[in-house]
Order: sequence, then C-alpha cells, then structure tokens
Amino acid sequence: MSIISVKGVSKVFRQRNSKALLKDHVRELVTKPSQGGFYALRDVSFEISKQESVAVIGANGAGKSTLLALVCGLAEPDEGSIHVGGSLAPLLELGSGFHPDLTGRENLSINAALLGMNEAQVNERFESILEFSELGRFIDEPLRAYSAGMVLRLAFAVATHCDPGILIIDEVLGVGDSNFQNKCHQRIEQLRADGNTFLVVSHSTDTVQKFCDRAIWLHHGVMVADGPVATVVDGYNQFMTDPAQPLPEGFTSRMVPPVQQLGHSTPTGAQSKGSKPKSRSGH
Amino acid sequence: MWTGDYAYLLRQLILKDFKIRYRNMSLGIFWSLLNPLVMMTIYAYVFTRIFTNPIPHFPVHLLSAIITFNFFSGAWQSSTTSIIDNSGLIKRNPVRREVVPISAILSNVPHLLIQMCLLVGLVYFAGLGVNRQWLWLPIVWGLELICLIGLGLASSALYVFVRDVRYVVESSLLVLFWIVPIIYSFEMVPESMRNLYQYNPLAALILATHDIVLKAKAPSAALLIKLTLVAILSMLLGTEIFRRAQRRFYEYL
Repeated sequence: MSIISVKGVSKVFRQRNSKALLKDHVRELVTKPSQGGFYALRDVSFEISKQESVAVIGANGAGKSTLLALVCGLAEPDEGSIHVGGSLAPLLELGSGFHPDLTGRENLSINAALLGMNEAQVNERFESILEFSELGRFIDEPLRAYSAGMVLRLAFAVATHCDPGILIIDEVLGVGDSNFQNKCHQRIEQLRADGNTFLVVSHSTDTVQKFCDRAIWLHHGVMVADGPVATVVDGYNQFMTDPAQPLPEGFTSRMVPPVQQLGHSTPTGAQSKGSKPKSRSGH
Repeated sequence: MWTGDYAYLLRQLILKDFKIRYRNMSLGIFWSLLNPLVMMTIYAYVFTRIFTNPIPHFPVHLLSAIITFNFFSGAWQSSTTSIIDNSGLIKRNPVRREVVPISAILSNVPHLLIQMCLLVGLVYFAGLGVNRQWLWLPIVWGLELICLIGLGLASSALYVFVRDVRYVVESSLLVLFWIVPIIYSFEMVPESMRNLYQYNPLAALILATHDIVLKAKAPSAALLIKLTLVAILSMLLGTEIFRRAQRRFYEYL
C-alpha cells in the first residue's frame, strides 16, 4: 500500500533563449517544446509506503530538489506519472513566505494557513507553537527585529505543527543552536512515531541515518540505488571519497555514464565521458 | 495535494496585503481617502472653472467614477505582478496558484469600501442621498470582480513569461481613463459609438454607478447583459490561459 508512487518519471530542463521574442513565447505556450535542454531526472521510479521515512541523497545537481518539487506537485514531470495519496506539507525553505513588517503572530497565521491549517487548528495549536519556538513576548514584535535564529525557530515550529500525514523536507531538519536542534530532532522523532510519512533531502548522511529507514541515491538525475539507509549511505560515502572504486552489488550500473543530453545543445561540464562520473568537490 | 482551507488562506493573504500597505504610515488609511479627494477637487476645479460643462452634480459624477477607476487600475496592476512578487510561495507551496492573483485583486476591496464611505458622505453633502437603487451596486461590482479576476489571471500568467506585459497593462490603463465616462458624461459620446462603448466593462460599471447614484435609476438591461457577457468571456479566457501557463511557472520563476 504505497502513499507516494513515482513511475518512470523524467524531468527535462530546457535551455531558454534569453532573447526570445513575443511570438516565441506564444509558440512555446501553445505547442510542446522540443529540443534543447538536459534531463534533471531520468526514468526515476519508486514507491513509498505509509509511515515510511525515506531519504534522497546525492551530490549537488543530482536532481534531489527537482524530485521533491515533482512529488509536491509544484512542477509537472515530462514523462511518467506521480501519485500522492494523502495531504502533504512541503518544508522546502523555512519561512519563505514571511514578511519583515508583520509581527511573529501575524506571520505565524499566514504561514500556518499556507501549510494547510484552518482557523480552528491555528487557534488550538498557537500556544504549543509559541512554546516550541521559545519566542515569548517577541511574538508580537515585527519580524525585522528578530535574529536569523529566531525566524528559523518560528518557521520550524509552525511547520512541524501542521501534522499533514506526509512531510517533504529539504535540508531543514535541524536549525538554531544545539539545544534547539535537539528539540527539532525530538519533534521529528515524535512526528514519525505518530505515523507520518517522511521524504527528506539532506547532505548530512548522519542526519539521514538517524531519521530514515530507507535511502534513494540520485546521480545526475539517475537513480543509482534504493535500499536500506545504511547500505546506500555506505555506497554513497565510498563513491564520494573515491569514485574509481567499484560499488558493492545492488547498485545499478545505470550511473555509468550519465547520458543526459538531449537535442543539440551541450552545456559543458555537465557530462563526463569516462566510465564513471567525477564526484563534485565540496561534499 | 494541498488540503487546507482556501477561504481562510484567502482571508489571511488579503489581510496581509492590507496590513503591509498601511503599516509604518502615520496617516494610515487616510491616504485611501486623500488620494481620490485630491483628484476629485482638482478635476472639479478644472472642469467647472476653466472649462465649463453641463454635467449636474459634477463632483459626485467625478468621485464615483474616480473611485471605480482607481479600484480597477490598482487591482489589475497588483494582480499582474502578483505571481512574480510571490514567486517564493509559488515555488514552494502546492496551493492552487489562482489564489495569488485573486487575493491580489481582493485585497483592494477594503480600500474600495473605505472610499465608498467617502462617496456616501459626498452624496449626502450634495443633497442627493442614498436611494433604493444602491442595492444594484453589489451586483454590478460582483460582475466587475469576475471580469477583473479573468483579466488578472491572464495578465499575471503572461507576465511570468513576458515582462513587457506590465507596460502593456500600464498603457492600457492610460487609454482606459479616456474611454470611460470620468470627465465627460455618456450623453457626450457620439450616438454611433454608444453601443460598442458599453462593452468596455469599466465603462459599463461607471455608467451603472452614475445611473444609480445620480439618477436613482436601475442600470439598463442591455448594459447588464453586456457586462455579464464580458465577465463570462474574461473568466473563461483568463482561467484557460492561467491553466496552461501555470504548468511552466516552476521552471520560469
């Protein structure tokens, strides 16, 4: 019984002609655009069952955020289909809808409404959100008087009180100082125990191993592995330190080489012709 | 799939716009009243003292038209840029994106209500008073809002791809000011053009308002039918353009 099902999904990002004229835009709107671009995701398939907690890992530019956007319904796949059988809350960027001139309280209710809470729920959970954010009397101050940490605390508090069934999280598992981070982690554990489903993107393999049962590894838009978190993370870590070493069994050979160009345009650097793609530095 | 409460969300977004607009202003909502008053005074002076004109109750004629025009202009402009202004929300939240331009239009409504109070004051001052026909106002305004939502959906969606749209809207408003009965009256429009003139939804609304406020007369059936037709057409076109365009918002924002 899967709650998220992704079948043969591809997403193409097209090169955009910055000098496009009005008629080009109009033509693009009414016809299916054809050539020029690259695959951000290529033939990705997986199923997530209820109450599962799944991580998506991979180097920068692997297509992780694109995948989350597709699952959230923010963008449409070019091929394949995505089915989500429940209500979801996307925590893609904490506090992205906040306005500096409004008070914490005002921002709280706007943000909560955006995350799908109704008025009764906001009123009912207000105290709990306030307590979690540790903002105290600052809740009635305009947001521009807040420190960056305070803003994130408020955002995280609202986000984790919306209780949607499926949480889609992009790199927001721990914010603030170590004390507050612990609190965040406890809150996530709590939400997992309550039966929520998680789909998480993180660069921190420690965090991923702590919160997820399963991991999906994307490389240049191709799914390299999908399995128990420990196995996949080990393979990923090994690949990131020494890409030349052969991967353990069970990892798909599709990662070599990443043929992802389509059409005539070839952005340099996005393609490696060798037997294995080069790992990017910095991670 | 987003399963929240759209009515509550819409209310929050409208309230947000309203609060942001007036926060940090010492005169607050008085700016809403001052702007049309200044416009009315200067036009009334120019067109009664410098030029002469035969329109009875000219200040009421002016103010009711200016309020209507200002609402239309403000709502259309803010909805046009709304998708770009809220790109963060559009890219990170799976709410139906129609919410954004619609809330941009509706957040001009509190404004309008404040200015309507001003109009009521002036109407009594001019010795006209409020009559039974004022009950038509919510109906014609409702039709106008439908028109505006269709227009706003279309222009906001196109603005994502072609940034020239903003200037097209601004220029259209400039033209629009002169093809609606603000500083002249419908009787001055050449007879041969009157039929076509009424298809302009903003002209239709101002004509209906003038009939109601100045002549205590219900808007004519022909006018209501034209306004309804344009509203339906605008809504159909607007939703269709938006529906097609919004599939590519994520890539373009």
